[in-house]
Amino acid sequence: MTTASERRYETFSYLPPLTGDQIVKQVDHILGHGLILAIEHTTRPDPRDAFWSMWKLPLFEVRTSQEVMAEIQECVDAHPDSFVKLNGYDPRRQGQVASFVVHRPG
Amino acid sequence: MPDLVDIFGDDTVLQFGGGTLGHPWGNAAGASANRVALEAVVLARNEGRQLATEGPEILRRAAKGSPELGAALEVWGKVAFDFEAVDSSAAWR
Repeated sequence: MTTASERRYETFSYLPPLTGDQIVKQVDHILGHGLILAIEHTTRPDPRDAFWSMWKLPLFEVRTSQEVMAEIQECVDAHPDSFVKLNGYDPRRQGQVASFVVHRPG
Repeated sequence: MPDLVDIFGDDTVLQFGGGTLGHPWGNAAGASANRVALEAVVLARNEGRQLATEGPEILRRAAKGSPELGAALEVWGKVAFDFEAVDSSAAWR
């Protein structure tokens, strides 16, 4: 039996943990496509429960990866025992089109 | 995998039958290899890499973190889907 911290969650979870630089590149890609970013966190990720807690509101006004990385860090600092993920919402197609974990506890 | 993602993009369902079941280490390793390959290719594409030309290198690098993908590449790494059209009758030209 694997523990929660060993399990794989969301996109890119079968790759080695993303570095900060890799996350910045994905954020730039998401912003470049005009998507709205949002940060979510949870201490108990469960494939049957897709509802994670929102970190503030979606980042409607944010246009640079530096701001996004700062928000991620703020969320991680406030919830050190939580998984933190980044979502990308497409305002035209009205859906979530990107989602990956950017921080794992421990 | 790089070609599939390059051609079809994100709104796609990829179905791997033989590419999963035919893995030398079994089905679970085959599924894992496919997943690693897909994620590595999507990550690289989002970073601005050119899948059509850099695909093999992207997969080789991803295989360093995934023995399952490494084994799959040994079996299928050289396969290229470079066929003539099945129906090459003059009526379609």
